[in-house]
Amino acid sequence: MAEEEFTDINGNSISLDCQTHSDFCREFTVTSPKLSLRKVMVYTCFVWLFAYAVFFFTENTAVLSSAIILTLAGMMIHIHFVKVDHETLLIIGSLGVQLSSSYASGRESTIFIEMNKLKDIVINEAVYMHSIIYYLCILIKDPADPETVTSVVPLFQSSNPRLNCLVQVYRSCQEILAQSR
Amino acid sequence: MVLKLFFPQCCNTADSGLLVGRWIPGHNSAVVLAVIHYPFIPGQVKKYLSELQSQTQVDLTVLGSWSMPKEGQEGMDSFLKDLSTIFPQECWLQLSREIGKRGFTCQVVQNNGRLLQDREQKNGEGDKIILIHYDQRKVMLSQLHPVQDVGQKSDVEASELRLVFQTVAQSQPLFFLDKYDDGPLKLSHWQSEGREASIIAELLKQASVPVCIFLTWLLSLWYWFCSFRILHLPPVLFISSKLSTCVQSVYRAVHFRTVFSPKKAGTHVEFMRKANIFVSFLVDIALGLLLISWLYRENRISKLADTLVPVADRVAKELQELLEWLMGAPAGLKMNRALDQVLGRFFLYHIHLWISYIHLMSPFIERILWYVGLSACLGLTFALSVLSDIVALLTFHIYCFYVYGARLYCLTIYGLSSLWRLFRGKKWNVLRQRVDSCSYDLDQNTADTALFPLQLFIGTLLFTILLFLLPTTALYYLVFTLLRLVVVLFQGVIHLSVDFINSFPLFAIGLRICRPYRLAEGVKFNVLCQEPGTPLHLMMEINPLKCSSVLQCYRTPTYSCYPKDSWAALCKKLFVGELIYPWKQKTDKTD
Repeated sequence: MAEEEFTDINGNSISLDCQTHSDFCREFTVTSPKLSLRKVMVYTCFVWLFAYAVFFFTENTAVLSSAIILTLAGMMIHIHFVKVDHETLLIIGSLGVQLSSSYASGRESTIFIEMNKLKDIVINEAVYMHSIIYYLCILIKDPADPETVTSVVPLFQSSNPRLNCLVQVYRSCQEILAQSR
Repeated sequence: MVLKLFFPQCCNTADSGLLVGRWIPGHNSAVVLAVIHYPFIPGQVKKYLSELQSQTQVDLTVLGSWSMPKEGQEGMDSFLKDLSTIFPQECWLQLSREIGKRGFTCQVVQNNGRLLQDREQKNGEGDKIILIHYDQRKVMLSQLHPVQDVGQKSDVEASELRLVFQTVAQSQPLFFLDKYDDGPLKLSHWQSEGREASIIAELLKQASVPVCIFLTWLLSLWYWFCSFRILHLPPVLFISSKLSTCVQSVYRAVHFRTVFSPKKAGTHVEFMRKANIFVSFLVDIALGLLLISWLYRENRISKLADTLVPVADRVAKELQELLEWLMGAPAGLKMNRALDQVLGRFFLYHIHLWISYIHLMSPFIERILWYVGLSACLGLTFALSVLSDIVALLTFHIYCFYVYGARLYCLTIYGLSSLWRLFRGKKWNVLRQRVDSCSYDLDQNTADTALFPLQLFIGTLLFTILLFLLPTTALYYLVFTLLRLVVVLFQGVIHLSVDFINSFPLFAIGLRICRPYRLAEGVKFNVLCQEPGTPLHLMMEINPLKCSSVLQCYRTPTYSCYPKDSWAALCKKLFVGELIYPWKQKTDKTD
């Protein structure tokens, strides 16, 4: 197990956790910063003050109840569908690669890519607005046509770690992929 | 190379015995399907396996030995090693587990006796082993998506996971032998505690065959009735293709035939299609009966029929007022008095005819509606189609007015554009399908392309007349098009809901919610914590299909295709005055 201080492309601090289960099986977990209580309180107060101001002018209590319901629904949707808690990459030599995102409400969404569909794991550069970012991605190939790349699956899209973190993950993955070739 | 072993969870606590399964061709992996316990006679084991092989078309073999020693069975280990000589294999697996420890140990022996992996070997040279635990019952019942036919020999070799799922699904006869059987062999698998079945399910299965045969016979009667010559006359065919009730009933008859055919569904896709249609039928009919109970309670249907004629009258009166308004000075615009009066009186006469027709029908309306309402027992979709047809019939005069107005407007526009070309000295070349310029030369050689002054004069006159009549025709066209669009919108909403009920795969969604392992998108692996010195243990679980993929995959195809004109094309058609039919129905194709 190894933990170091890394940051993502926006400057928030994230953490990387590498677990080696076996010679050919490794698991990398990138944890995003948790939901900040201050932000939640600021948003809630803002919405409710606005609703109260509207109520002051219109004298309609439906405004207040709708503001409460809206805030609750918005928060539930945010923690269940938007806020990612940690992302995991599990690489098992000669079996495949598993990507999993775990949301703040506990929901997990997982994809498993078999080894015969996986061409390579590489770090790509992209120009995004005014900055150049690096991202780790998996190149997918069709088993019938091993030379062409049919699609690209980017990894760690919600946590967006920076190059130093990506390089560590990349090196580990390449060691395992080299064994199974 | 890494050796992958798929081991069923139900055999984790099985007694010592032989491992029976299949080596996956092309990949370095094996699936364990069952464990045969001691005592057994090797000859009987071989006979049983060859019987099963011919029954299931799966090449089952003895993979190796499984040892879970209990008290009093210390001499097992050497006995197990000797078994590899009785069942000659290329690769012999020796799995063993000790009580109290969670991990298994595995040794692989090649047929020349060389040990490939030793427990004490630290630096993993040679083969490594992954043990993947799976839930046998769930994998057997599950279907990997995208669905591929079993018999389909694709040039790409199937992926390892797909082969594993297929192997377990095809080995169903292996799981029929349970521990209460008095046969020579004792097996351990997911059903070895005894086969469970439900009496109701078995009774339904037995009863379904005669019921299906009876219903298919009823359907054949209906087809015989529909094949009468009188129903194939062109006018009848034309009307029945326009009425959505007839289209819906034809569609449902095809479904009926699919569901109640006595043949059992072969593939997964056929089974899901049948089940979806059956459940959709049931829900449809239940909703229809609910509608009937609501309509006929407190005699609501008579009240509805009583309000129908006044509503039709009211609509006609509103139309009359609209036409009076158009004949005056609508919105302050000045109309051409003569054309205005002609068109207005023409449409008013139509409305007068329509009102007389409605009044003629009014004594019979209540009876007709009462009986038509009963047809909702055939399903809610039927009732909605009938409603759509009633609306179409009641607003038939609006449709007629729209057609008249559109044709007039279209004529005006085409005339104007052609005369405008004349104005500018150009002509439409029919041969070349393009606009060519025209000279005013009176030369004999080019007499056929020349424009005589008389032609020019008459053309200009007609152009001026049409131009000044344009606002009147355009206004009538605009008003009636808007009315027609309102009716089309209402009918469109009804058609959309009918389409939704027809195509929604309720059974597939229910299966996804209640038994998510049946529809699998893929698998998930969890690393199980193990002791050092044992191979890697993984837990394989089924990753269910996303709901949106379920909808996309199992949607029943329907007869309606969505408007093929884009918004831009629609606007162009409206501007030029072409008749629009936004809800075209494609002809029913038999699957």
